[in-house]
Amino acid sequence: MADNKEKVEENKQENNSSYISAKESRKITKFNRKVTKKLEADRANAKKDPSLYTTKMKDENNVVEFDNVCTYFFTDVGVVKSVDGINFNIPKCSTVGVVGESGCGKSVTSLSLMQLLQRPSGQTVGGEIRFNLGDGTAYNIVNTPTAKMQEIRGNRISMIFQEPMTSLNPVFKIGMQVNEVLELHNPEMSKEQIKARTLEMLEMVGIANKEGVYEMYPHELSGGMRQRVMIAIALACSPELIIADEPTTALDVTIQAQILDLLAGLKNKINSSIMLITHDLGVVASMADYVVVMYAGRVIEKGTADDIFHHPAHPYTIGLMKSKPVVGKKVDSLYNIEGNVPNPVDMPDYCYFRDRCNMQCERCKAKVGEAGGDYPPEIKISDTHFVSCYRFFEEGEVIGYPKTVNAEELLK
Amino acid sequence: MSEVKDQMPFEGAEKDSENLLVVKNLKKYFPIKSSFFKMTVGNVKAVDGVSFAIKKGTTMGLVGESGCGKSTTGRTILRLQEKTDGEVYFDGQDIFKLSKEELRKLRPRIQIIFQDPYSSLSPRLPVGEIIAEAVREHGIVPKEELDDYVTRVMEACGLQEWHKNRYPHEFSGGQRQRICIARALALNPDFILCDEPVSALDVSIQAQIINLLRELQKEFGLTYLFISHDLSVVEHISDTVGVMYLGNMVEYAETEKIYSNPLHPYTTALFSAIPVPDPDYKMNRIVLQGNIPSPANPPSGCKFHTRCDKCMEICKNKAPEMMEVEPGHFCACHLYDKNVSEENKETKEN
Repeated sequence: MADNKEKVEENKQENNSSYISAKESRKITKFNRKVTKKLEADRANAKKDPSLYTTKMKDENNVVEFDNVCTYFFTDVGVVKSVDGINFNIPKCSTVGVVGESGCGKSVTSLSLMQLLQRPSGQTVGGEIRFNLGDGTAYNIVNTPTAKMQEIRGNRISMIFQEPMTSLNPVFKIGMQVNEVLELHNPEMSKEQIKARTLEMLEMVGIANKEGVYEMYPHELSGGMRQRVMIAIALACSPELIIADEPTTALDVTIQAQILDLLAGLKNKINSSIMLITHDLGVVASMADYVVVMYAGRVIEKGTADDIFHHPAHPYTIGLMKSKPVVGKKVDSLYNIEGNVPNPVDMPDYCYFRDRCNMQCERCKAKVGEAGGDYPPEIKISDTHFVSCYRFFEEGEVIGYPKTVNAEELLK
Repeated sequence: MSEVKDQMPFEGAEKDSENLLVVKNLKKYFPIKSSFFKMTVGNVKAVDGVSFAIKKGTTMGLVGESGCGKSTTGRTILRLQEKTDGEVYFDGQDIFKLSKEELRKLRPRIQIIFQDPYSSLSPRLPVGEIIAEAVREHGIVPKEELDDYVTRVMEACGLQEWHKNRYPHEFSGGQRQRICIARALALNPDFILCDEPVSALDVSIQAQIINLLRELQKEFGLTYLFISHDLSVVEHISDTVGVMYLGNMVEYAETEKIYSNPLHPYTTALFSAIPVPDPDYKMNRIVLQGNIPSPANPPSGCKFHTRCDKCMEICKNKAPEMMEVEPGHFCACHLYDKNVSEENKETKEN
C-alpha cells in the first residue's frame, strides 16, 4: 500500500516537472529574450573599454583560472544551469583531467573558455575565466570581445574535438586545413615556410607518409589518422593550452593507446598544458596530474591524480570508481549508483547528490535553511585536495560556498 | 582426438544438447559492385570463417576493434542477413535451412539488444506498446493477460508501471536501454544477442545495466552473446571470450584463461592497451603500429602479420589454423604450432 502511494506521488512529481502550460511557456520566452538582449548589449560595451576585460592572475603559475564561472542556457523550458559556480586552476605545463557523466557540464566548461557557446541562448553570466597572457596581465575571457578572442583561439588555446570526421572539412585537403591555422595567426610567414611547418607538424604527430597525407582528403584517412591530423592542427601554433574534449572516445583501444602516448609525448616537447575532458577514468589515470570531478554542473572534488584515485572523498567519486569494471578484479556484481542526475531545469537547494548518496551524515539530512541543508561548501582536506561534502565539514577547512547567479537578478 | 580438433574445433558440437548455439565456419562476404554493368569486382570479407559454441545459460563475449566483423557475425547468426557459407545451429537445428514459417516460430526465442537506445526505439509508440507489440504478434500470452504481463516484464527490468504510456524521448539513455531489454525479454527468449548494449551509456549507468543483465540471466537462465569493444566489461560478464581480428576468430577460451594467459599476439596487445584507473600503474603497453587493414584487400597469410611484433617468415604466406593449444583454449597463430616453430628456427639460423 505504502509502495503504491509512493508510486502515485512520484508519478505526480514527474508530471509536474515535464509539463509547462502555454502561459508559462510565453513567460519563459519573454524573460529569455529580455535577459539575452541585455547580456549581448553588455558584451558589445566591453568592446570599447579594454579595462573591462583585462585583469591580473591570482597566481602567475597558472595558465587558466576558473573563478566561480556560471554558464547558463536560456531554453524554452527554463534556465538550465549547465555550469554553476566552478573553481579550478590549470597550472603551467601540467595535465588537468575533467571527469564526469555526460551532461554534467564538462564540455560547456571548455566551450566557455573558448567563447564558443551557442549564443545568444548560452551565456556565461557570472564569474571570471582568467587567461594568462604571460606579460603580467590576463584576459577575462567572459568579457573579451570577439576580435581579441580570435587572436587567442587556435593560437594560444586550441581544441581537439571528439569526432575527427565531423570537425575536419571534407572538401579541403589535409595540408590546406593545417596551413589555414598557420596562415591566420602568422601573417608574416611565406607560403614555403608554412608548408614546411605543416609537414613538420604532420611528422611530429607520427604520420609516416607526410607528403602523401598533405595532398589527401579526410575521407581517405582512418579514424586514428584523422585524430592525428586534428592534433597537428591544434599544435600548429604551439599553444599554451590544449583542450582535448574526449579525444579518444570514438577510437578503438589499440588506437587510443597510440593517441594517448602521442599526446603525453608532445606535451613535454612543446611545454603546454592540457585540459583533458573525458568520462573514462582509465584515460585520466594514465594522463592527468590533477583531476577535477564534476557532477550536475558543479565541481564536487578536485586534487592530484593520487588524491582522487587513492583517497577519493566524495561519495560520487567513490561510486564512480567502484562502478567501473577493472580487468583482473573479479566482483560478483558491480556497484551501482542508484537513481539519476537531478533535472537541470529545477535543481534542488540541497546537495545535488543527496538523493543518490548512501553515506549521508547527520548534517546532510537537515532541511533547507538549517545548518547543512544548503549545498555543501568547498572543503580543504589536504594541501591539494578539495571536496564538496558535509562528511568533512568538521575536520576540514571550509573554503567557501559556490557563488551562483540568480537568473532573475540579471535584469536589474 | 586433438588431430581432429586441429581442423575443426567444433565438429559435431551441434549434437551436444548442452550447446544452445553452434557456429561453424561462418562466412559473410559483401560484394563490391563496379559502377559499370554491376559486375562484382571483389568481396569485403566481413566474416571469414568463424566457429564457436555457446553453452546453455552462459555468456560469450566477442571482442575486437571496430570493423573486425563482430556485429556482422551477430546479425548473420540471427539470419537478419543471409550467410555466404557455413552453418549456424540453434538448439540443434540449422537456422539457414529453416523455411520462412519455421523461422518465424523460432524468432521469439532469439532476441537482440542494439547498441544505440536512441535510434532503436520507435519514437511514435508508447513504451507499453513497444514491449507489447511483438508479444501480441507471436501470441505469447492470451489477450486478457497481455497488460499484466507487460507490467511484470517492465518491473523485472526496473521500470515502473506508469512508464507505460510515455514515449521513448521522455527517458534517459539508461532507461531506454532498460526498455530495449524489456522488449527482448518479453518474448521469453532463450538467447539474447547484446550488440554493444552499454557502449552509449555513462559509467554509472553501465553498471546498472550490466547488473540487470546478469540478474536476468540468473532468473530466466538466459544465454547471451555479448558483443563489445570494452574489454573490462566483457571480462566482467562473460564465461567464454572470443577475440576477432579482420573477420577471423584469433583466440577463443574461457574468460579466466584468456585474461590471465593471452596467447595470440593481437590479444596480448589488445589487453595491454586497456587504460587502468590507477595513476601509479606503469603502463606496459604494446602499442600496435598502424591501422587495421582493409577487409576488402586483406594481407596474405596471417592477416595480423602487418602489425605483429612476433612476425615470422611463414606468417606472410600461410594463414594459421585455429587449434587447441591448451584444453579449451583455441588460438590461431603459428607461434603455437609445433611443426612451424621448428621450421622457423631453422630459417632464422640461416
